[in-house]
Amino acid sequence: MSGFRAAVVTFPGSNCDRDMAVALEEVSGAPALRVWHGEASLPEGLDFIALPGGFSYGDYLRSGAMAARSPIMKAVVEAAGKGVPVLGVCNGFQILTEAGLLPGALLRNAGIHYICRTVPLSVENSSSLFTSGYAQGQRIAIPIAHHDGNYFVDDGVLDRIEGEGQVAFRYLENPNGSIRDIAGVLNEKGNVLGMMPHPERAIEGCTRRQRPWTRDVRSIGENAGFSSFLFQRS
Amino acid sequence: MKVRVHVSLKPGVLDPQGRAIQHSLEGLGFEGVNDVRAGRLLELDVADSVSDEALDEMCRKLLANMVIENYRIEKVAA
Repeated sequence: MSGFRAAVVTFPGSNCDRDMAVALEEVSGAPALRVWHGEASLPEGLDFIALPGGFSYGDYLRSGAMAARSPIMKAVVEAAGKGVPVLGVCNGFQILTEAGLLPGALLRNAGIHYICRTVPLSVENSSSLFTSGYAQGQRIAIPIAHHDGNYFVDDGVLDRIEGEGQVAFRYLENPNGSIRDIAGVLNEKGNVLGMMPHPERAIEGCTRRQRPWTRDVRSIGENAGFSSFLFQRS
Repeated sequence: MKVRVHVSLKPGVLDPQGRAIQHSLEGLGFEGVNDVRAGRLLELDVADSVSDEALDEMCRKLLANMVIENYRIEKVAA
């Protein structure tokens, strides 16, 4: 997979871009390209685009709102339209919803507080290109770190995305009030995934180790990790 | 021309901030506050030539997120 071309977009205020680049290199063997938000175009021939976590534009107006209108996002929307896999994590997920690439919106956590801990998830769709390394219903543990992770979508759209298998992950213990425990959502075509949990923080042995404060720890099983999570298609 | 754009969460969308403010008011001893909804006020100074349609489009494209928010445009006399 040394020819794998992944790009990580950095916005002003992104703070997980380097982690994402390291994770992508770890699992693909090729260094990830870095792209600045002000660029008008992406590198040629990309196999994968990642929008990292952080606080782009200081969360001004709404989380992800400003970043979704930055120059590079036109190119990201275009690439997504052509079928290039796009992953948005945390703030990246917020940016994808604000850009209209994914349905719904991320509201303030129901409990008001910023939450930073490892949470158990279930894999709800194991046939997407991002998740095919998992078994249907598999329980995994991935860290979350967010203030605005409360996924909301109106009833009509909710039924549609449930029916189309667009719910990728669900929280087993809903930490933030997300509607129907939704932690990750796919677009209709299945090539865009947004998720609040940070898979790039779950690839190193030292960070993947299950934390004593994750309840239900024994039944979660070994986290399949980022590599099986992302690169089934290569 | 001064324009105020009032952005508020749609009815039915949970507003944890509003709820926390309500609890704080109760904590201060104010009674009878049944609900609080927190919104956002944006004050724009725009050329007189800017059309109503353009203002509407600004709201829909950026100032409000139509999935969760409503907006109201108020023109303020100079």
